[in-house]
This record gives sequence, C-alpha cells and structure tokens, in this order.
Amino acid sequence: MNALPPDRPAPAQAPDVLSIYGEAVPSRLFIGTALYPSPAILADSVTAARAGLVTVSLRREQARGRTGERFLSLVREMGVRVLPNTAGCHTAKEAITTAQMARELFDTAWIKLEVIADDDTLQPEVIGLVEAAQELGRQGFKVFPYTTEDLSVADHLLKVGCEVLMPWGAPIGSGRGLNNIYGLRALRARVPGVPLVVDAGLGAPSHAAAAMELGYDACLLNTAIAKAADPVRMAAAFADAIDAGRSAYLAGIMPPRDMAAPSTPMAGRAVL
Amino acid sequence: MTHAHRQITLNGKPREVSALTLAAALGELGFADVKVATAVNGAFVPAAKRGETRLRDGDRVEVVSARVGG
Repeated sequence: MNALPPDRPAPAQAPDVLSIYGEAVPSRLFIGTALYPSPAILADSVTAARAGLVTVSLRREQARGRTGERFLSLVREMGVRVLPNTAGCHTAKEAITTAQMARELFDTAWIKLEVIADDDTLQPEVIGLVEAAQELGRQGFKVFPYTTEDLSVADHLLKVGCEVLMPWGAPIGSGRGLNNIYGLRALRARVPGVPLVVDAGLGAPSHAAAAMELGYDACLLNTAIAKAADPVRMAAAFADAIDAGRSAYLAGIMPPRDMAAPSTPMAGRAVL
Repeated sequence: MTHAHRQITLNGKPREVSALTLAAALGELGFADVKVATAVNGAFVPAAKRGETRLRDGDRVEVVSARVGG
C-alpha cells in the first residue's frame, strides 16, 4: 500500500462502535455485579473495567427493606447502562414473568434471558430459552439470550427476533475460559453480521482476549473479576485485554503454520 | 361475604392479610414506600394494576427488588 503524500491528512479510521438493538454500547466489556467483597469494590471495579454495561437481578425484598433501593442508587451513581437478568429461572414462564418485573423495576426493555436446565452445569435450557425469547420479543423486549455455541439454537433465536447472541465460554463461574473454541469459531463464521458476546466461564484476561481475537464483539463476565484477589486491578486487566484482542482482530492476525518460516532473510549470510 | 382475612403466601412464607387488594396488602405488609415489583400466582402484576388485583386465599405473592447479579 502506498504511503500518502505528507501534506495530506491520514484517513480517519472508521470508529469501531459496538451497536446492539440500534444503540451504541460504549465498551466491549460487560460485567456482573455479584460476588464482590463490598459495594465500594464493586463500584471501583466497574470504573476500572470501563464497563459498557452491568448486569443486575431481582430477588425477594423484605418488609421495609432498603437493600433494593440502596443497590439501585449505587448502580445509578455508576452511570453505566443496566442489563437485568433472569438468573435462576428454569422455565420460559418464570423467565417471562421475571423479565416483566425487571422491565418495570429497572425501566429498560433490555433483558439478559437465562433459562437454566441444570443446577450443576447451569447450562441453558435451550427449548425454554427460544420460547421465552419469542414471547418476550412479541412483548417488546430486547432480548440478550444466554445460550450455547449450538448453531441450530442460534438459528432459532435469530428467527424469533434476537439481534444479539451470548454463547457461553464455559460453565458460569467455572473460570475455564473458552471450552469449545472450534464451536465458537463456527458460530462466529455462521452469523457474521450478528453481535456476539461471550458470556460465562471466563477466568483470565487472556480468555477474553482470545474471544475478541476470534471476532467476538464483547465479553460478559462476573466471577473472574469479583473473585480475583484484587478485583479492581483485574477489572482493568480485563479491559486492557479486550481492547488488545479487539485491536488484534481488526489488525488481521497472521495465519498460523506448522513448520518454520524464517524471519531473517537467508540471502547474504556469511559463510563461516 | 368478604372474609375478614385472606391466607396468602408472601415470598414463600404463609401470611394473613386483611387487605382486599394487592396494593393494600403491600401497605399492610410493610412495602408501602419500597420500590418493588410484584407477581401473583406466577403472573406479573404491574404497579398500576395492584389496586384492582383482588387477593384470594391461597394466592402466592412474590415481592422483589433490585439486586446484584451476573
């Protein structure tokens, strides 16, 4: 590629903005709010992460209880967009009702849809997931489905109106990283125009960088930061890793090979 | 005839309320000025409909609010 003449400005890079359901999301790191040692560390971690959004949940409130309001204030002060979840729901019906309650309480149509099949693996119950996604779509929700790398499930979710998919890397809270890189790569190739967020099971920033290098659009993680020895420092590390992985993807990673290819030219070696 | 009390379940615990509607029951049960969302028998009840939602014996009421989540 020819260099531009020095008196012309370099072409501006097209801004690399993540857009989901027609809205710009300011960063590609989404983080959960659970399991932190304290509300202060949570708030500092969200800042250090430069989080694009945070996930929250709904749980039973006590009479005269202020926990919910205190948490809502904390979240508002963070100034970050909120994505409520339907964690703990095992059926489409439970998830739909939870989403409706979340929409009213958090005043957003965005919902992280979780329908869980098994309490050990916390794997998505994909049939209920698609049902719930369809019904919630009809009710005007913007659904972010927590799913697997299964291509046919992805196909169904897109058909019922989802405009983003959130496949797991590994079981929630397992810290294993990307258990099925081949499956995730296949999914990325199958739906090139769809925002894809790796959600669940990440443990180290290198896992997040790997996901971004595959071309995933964002990562959602909670335990990896909250359960780090230094959550605030880990949050910053994840933010940096996601930036690096995204840049690498845009820069075009060299193709790997099995045998060596010398970098230093062979021509002109001294014969000694 | 309207019975004096209704036996309901609130957040999994048996409770007795004299209130006739969900809105009144929330007041009676200590949720008057707490920001919550509600469901009765597994179905969402919007805040605006609580005043017209009559409670019956055996109703399961869930009252939730914002919490941390992943």
